[in-house]
Amino acid sequence: MQQLADKLIQHCALLQGLPHELTYLLVEIVFGSLMLMLFVAPFAGIISWVERRVAARMMDRIGPNRVGPQGFLQWLADGVKSLLKEDIVPSSADSFLFRLAPYLVFAGMFMAFVSIPFTSRVIIADLNVGIFYIIAVTSLVVIGILMSGWASNNKFSLLGGMRSAAQIISYEIPAGLAILVVVLMSGSLSLQEIIKAQGAHPWNWFIFDNPFSFCSFFILFISSLAEGNRTPFDIPEAESELVSGYSTEYSGMRFVFFYFEEWANLYLIAAVGVTLFFGGWQIPPSVREWAVGVHFVLPHILEFATFFIKAMSLVFVIIWIRWTLPRLRVDQLMAMCWQYLIPLGFVMVLGTATWIVLFPQGVPLVRYVLFSGTLGLFGYFFYRVVFHLRYTKAELQFNPFV
Amino acid sequence: MPEFRTEEMLLNMGPQHPSTHGVIRFVVKTDGEVMSCAVPDVGYLHRSIEKISEQATYNGFMPWTDRVDYLAAMNCNVAYAMAVEKLAGIEIEKRGEYLRVISMELNRIVSHLLSVGSVGMDVGAYTPFIHALRDREKANDLIEELCGQRLTYNYARIGGVSFDMPVGWQAKVLAYLEDLELLMDEFNRLITGNKIFIKRLANVGVITPEDAIAYNLVGPNLRGSGIKYDLRKDEPYSVYPELDFEVPVGRGEMGTLGDCYDRFVVRIREMDQSISILRQCFAKIPAGEHLVKVPKKIRPPVGDVYIRTESTRGDMGVYLVSDGSDKPYRVKFRTGSFTAMSIVEKASRGLMVADLIAFIANLDIVAPEIDR
Repeated sequence: MQQLADKLIQHCALLQGLPHELTYLLVEIVFGSLMLMLFVAPFAGIISWVERRVAARMMDRIGPNRVGPQGFLQWLADGVKSLLKEDIVPSSADSFLFRLAPYLVFAGMFMAFVSIPFTSRVIIADLNVGIFYIIAVTSLVVIGILMSGWASNNKFSLLGGMRSAAQIISYEIPAGLAILVVVLMSGSLSLQEIIKAQGAHPWNWFIFDNPFSFCSFFILFISSLAEGNRTPFDIPEAESELVSGYSTEYSGMRFVFFYFEEWANLYLIAAVGVTLFFGGWQIPPSVREWAVGVHFVLPHILEFATFFIKAMSLVFVIIWIRWTLPRLRVDQLMAMCWQYLIPLGFVMVLGTATWIVLFPQGVPLVRYVLFSGTLGLFGYFFYRVVFHLRYTKAELQFNPFV
Repeated sequence: MPEFRTEEMLLNMGPQHPSTHGVIRFVVKTDGEVMSCAVPDVGYLHRSIEKISEQATYNGFMPWTDRVDYLAAMNCNVAYAMAVEKLAGIEIEKRGEYLRVISMELNRIVSHLLSVGSVGMDVGAYTPFIHALRDREKANDLIEELCGQRLTYNYARIGGVSFDMPVGWQAKVLAYLEDLELLMDEFNRLITGNKIFIKRLANVGVITPEDAIAYNLVGPNLRGSGIKYDLRKDEPYSVYPELDFEVPVGRGEMGTLGDCYDRFVVRIREMDQSISILRQCFAKIPAGEHLVKVPKKIRPPVGDVYIRTESTRGDMGVYLVSDGSDKPYRVKFRTGSFTAMSIVEKASRGLMVADLIAFIANLDIVAPEIDR
């Protein structure tokens, strides 16, 4: 971004008159917003379509398939419909807070995207406290949710808001501990630096670096599911218990904001996971050299594709979990966090620290073993799936293009 | 340190709430997430079916019995028909009896599938619910072929059943049962054995055997508390004595005897038994008339009769009083859901809000059956 701004200053006479800080700010705001608007907003919509289609497949249904090819434009239709709906503010609600809450939720999520890398060069702001910043601004979401629960003046909303606050605040601790493991290994809080500390090949990723980081990824993954209010931790909006939780009283676009946040958050969860543990946008150096030779944009496209594919795989896993598991009860949720994840998180931090001291260069054998073990697990899983498909007579639909 | 005081909140759950399975209202007193009690409030779905019976002829009342419990309409049909037959002294043929049992057991599968599926949904697992509905649809198709209806069957008649099996229907049902066994296996792998699911249901809403008897629970709710009582075995009617089946009871496998998981598992196992009963019925069904000749206007002699049948939700009783005319003087239905509601207040003490939902779904309450 800074390089972009420098180039603009060189080439644009108008900007040369302004102080440099102001130019930087302008460039950041204009290009940052453009990137967010052009990527995050459609992405949240498309992910809603993906989720509905995947869920439908799992349930032996077809899912939305009317608007556009394969129902791909369903999210646009839904968005337009919601915009045209009446925006109801209950008469007994705290009108100001009620209106404000969706924006806080929305802003908290959007601000986190600022320091999410897309490729080695494309990032809105490569903050030196990147991951810390993400943890900080996503906390805004919980304030918004709590506010909406309180301002709705509805007991179900209130319960939902309270549950959400307790849940998100609790799960930030194990998430923070798991992130600390990565920070220990990379020695930096900047997301770009963390990615650069990893390699392109799977055995050079942080997840396979040592047994402690391997466990840390799962701690982080579980905690981010809980922070994102996804099943099995979706108690704040548990439909069967709390009607719709904190968003019960919302309608129209304000309601969509909450769900927009949830779907965009999916990408955020996945992107943070990929950045910290799966090597981010790293592509093998030989491929990079070849790509640079072809065109200077090509490596960026490859990097973006790598990052995106990894993130989407995680998104798919999250969706898959959501439509498979029942939801935990609120006390079980808390017990899981405070009794298991947090002590485990501390063990992982200490373990990783010890590991780094003992083996500063890492142990290649451990990496290969962890990597091949995971690969073997996947292989076994696919074998089982194929086995069940072959030997059960249940009619299953495989054609995804119905 | 100042004393930390909390206030109780009165939460009005229902009549319009996503998980009350119809229009039931619960007045929940809760302190945060933990409830001090939940008082059920019934009567939102009262349609005076029993009073309507006094205006209808004996045959004409049959469609109304569908609406008593619309998820187990076949059982209500048969219970009412049996009451009239007993009072009027009508003997029906074996084939009619077998067709009744076949339709009732198919209906039991349909009803239990919805029940176990909605327990899953109420603890947050949607996919098993949709899978259960998918399997249920196939059974509905079969029942539709048999009697032309998918929900309110109106199949039983005084003197037998309205239609004989269509040609080729038997093979279709047997093929479906084969499929269902596999699908139930998948369902069990998906939800019944799921760790989170077990954690949500085990040790929740425990009903002790003593309580179950004292509160007059029936059917799977009673058997879930470990009491082996099934009218099909203990007071056999129709052709059930000729059939060989087990009565599954709760054993407290995952927690305490009589918890939600026990009741859930009892329903799952009852479906297996129904499958076995259906297979035996198809093997044993004799030739003959499905409907015996009865007069157009049935005038049972003055008197009263009480019939008990094992419906999907347990002991379904029909009390019928005749004054010798062609219309019943009084029909009274005794239903399982109504008595099941009485335990809610006691069993819900100290539960969490989320548990209440699982508990109610687990009692398999059907709102119209409560109020009639």
